[in-house]
Amino acid sequence: MELLQVEGLTKRYASHTALNDVSLTIPKGSIFGLLGPNGAGKTTLIRIITRIIEQDQGRVMLNGEEITPEMVRLIGYLPEERGLYKKMKVGEQLLYLARLKGLSRPDAVAKIKSWLKRLELTPWHNKAIEDLSKGMAQKVQFIATVLHEPELIILDEPFSGFDPVNANLIKDEILQLRDNGATVIFSTHRMESVEELCDHIALINQSEKILDGKKVDIKQAHKNGTFIVEHEGQLTAGADYELLTSAPGEVGYTRSVIKDKTDGGPNNLLRVLMGEVEIHSFIEKVPTINEIFIQKVKGGNHE
Amino acid sequence: MNKVGLIIAREYLSRVRKKSFIIMTLLGPLLFGGFFFFIGWSATESGETKHLQVIDESGMFEAVFQDSKEMTFDYSTGNLDAAKRDLEDGAYDGVLYIPRVDVENPEGVTFYAQSNPSISLVHSLSRKLEGEIENEKLRRSGIDKSVLDELKADVDIATINLSAGGEKESSSVGATVIGYVASFLIYIFIFVYGTQCMRGVVEEKTSRIIEVVIASVKPFQLMMGKVIGIAGVGLTQFILWILLTMGVSSVVGGAFMDDAMKAQQQRPGMEEVAAAQAELEEDSGGDFMAKVAGAVESINLPMVVVAFLFFFLAGYLLYGALFAAIGSAVDSDADAQQFMLPVTMPLIVAIVMLTAVLNDPNGSLAFWMSMIPFTSPVVMMMRVPFGVPVWQLALSMALMVGGFVFTVWVASRIYRIGILMHGTKVNYKVLAKWFMMKN
Repeated sequence: MELLQVEGLTKRYASHTALNDVSLTIPKGSIFGLLGPNGAGKTTLIRIITRIIEQDQGRVMLNGEEITPEMVRLIGYLPEERGLYKKMKVGEQLLYLARLKGLSRPDAVAKIKSWLKRLELTPWHNKAIEDLSKGMAQKVQFIATVLHEPELIILDEPFSGFDPVNANLIKDEILQLRDNGATVIFSTHRMESVEELCDHIALINQSEKILDGKKVDIKQAHKNGTFIVEHEGQLTAGADYELLTSAPGEVGYTRSVIKDKTDGGPNNLLRVLMGEVEIHSFIEKVPTINEIFIQKVKGGNHE
Repeated sequence: MNKVGLIIAREYLSRVRKKSFIIMTLLGPLLFGGFFFFIGWSATESGETKHLQVIDESGMFEAVFQDSKEMTFDYSTGNLDAAKRDLEDGAYDGVLYIPRVDVENPEGVTFYAQSNPSISLVHSLSRKLEGEIENEKLRRSGIDKSVLDELKADVDIATINLSAGGEKESSSVGATVIGYVASFLIYIFIFVYGTQCMRGVVEEKTSRIIEVVIASVKPFQLMMGKVIGIAGVGLTQFILWILLTMGVSSVVGGAFMDDAMKAQQQRPGMEEVAAAQAELEEDSGGDFMAKVAGAVESINLPMVVVAFLFFFLAGYLLYGALFAAIGSAVDSDADAQQFMLPVTMPLIVAIVMLTAVLNDPNGSLAFWMSMIPFTSPVVMMMRVPFGVPVWQLALSMALMVGGFVFTVWVASRIYRIGILMHGTKVNYKVLAKWFMMKN
């Protein structure tokens, strides 16, 4: 079932079009990666979903209903540019933001307490934000985003500014939130975290959606018959395959990347190779999201 | 509590608890008290006592110059050159040389000093000489000295205000003081708290917290919450100042009044007209305070207070919204300067024109400036203590309400776009575009 549905969103400014007819479906309980180069329109899309700005055309449906400003409290949004009141104390700040989201005071106080404990911030409860390290301030901001238990959590570059330990801590929290039933939209251009966390992705470039779907489906669709072979002996390109690269590997074998030119499948290719060299490993090269991203964005820009 | 209420509470509490607020609140009345004390003091004490040497070759003015608090006189029979040497030695502050003068044509009176004497000093000396010559002329025409003494009268014009409330003794001095204080307070508050509004918005914008907050509240709610919250801070500070100033100035003022009373009692007999004149001058400080105190009773105080609170708040709201809009448009305090001037211009004009308004509090300049919402808070407060027709006050207030509704509307249209814009080179064209932009 889908939690959020975006249909034909278009947003134009005087000099350029920020979004052009973008449609997306975000399934409930998924971690959805929203990818795209800088200036592609990701932030505009998020701002329309969170009702900060209004679209020119199209609509946004949350749980099957057109989204209203009141429904925005079902969303938790962590903007890319982090911001908190520098002079305000951690506890007061979280209380203020939580109450703006509609939480009652006792409810908010209890939730703040448990979150501060979970992210090991309890001793900092009474400190002003300006006295905190950047990573700690980021954690406070993360708490502010998820405190009111939103159904939809939108995280814009959530790991920037975190050291690996804290990044892992936040990663675990995101997965935990997903397991508890929240849906996460994850806007980023850090591909390794997409690879690790997302089950769905959409790629936006130059104001248009150029790709979306399940991560595995997309990878499947972008396989192009390349294989990595570790072998002893010398490979020579022939009628069956193309030799893309060949270099000495770590343990004395040669490591080559080849591209299948036939439609015979891996077994057929393997048989051809076995006739030429001694094979130590043979694996199909599945494209990474990063490769797909670069290929799509570059392709798009060259048109 | 609704969201605007939460925002107001945050803006209010975060400022009221600041050290700078507490310090300013405590220091303000001391400054005010000190200021009033200084005025009172400078009205009674005109600096150090001056030692003057008088060379009277005419012999007409022997008893004219009497020692007073400001001046002591030594009559000398020596020649002028010797007196000049005394002056150079610093034995005297000045030498008054009176040659043999013709009563009909007194010429050649000269004052020598090491530095330029003050106008008031020269004025008081010449007045005494003129008075004595006048007396001499009268005596020559055969008028008895006792008649002369009786001729002297001290007239203090009492002004009566024939307003709707019947005859009331008014004091234009008191009205002027109250008007000035009220006008300046409004001016200062609009500036100080308007700037705070702007700073607050810039802070939210540059720290990007705006994106978090704006997902839960509308830009208009956020702007109004801030403007109203800061208005509360201003009002709190103002009320605390009033209370503390009353405390401080009653202590300072009490001590000051005591001095004035003592001076009154110690005053010698009134035989000498010239001496009495000198005393009168000395007394003007106490007189001044008494007049202000009298005016407080004669002026329609409830009206002044109500008008003050109204124009204080409405004027702040009008400008505060514009300041907030400026804050939303720029990326730093420094960038704000170029937009500050046009916004604050009417306010500065209003302050500069106060003297002209004071000359004719019911003239057409005063009337129009107290109707235009941008200048009316300052100018109207100058007029109110002098008495303003009720219809004018009502019209001015109505226009003021219209004015701030208008500026709040304009400001909110710029604000809603501006707070989310970063790195744009903002000029008036861009502001106009934001203003016209639909959501």
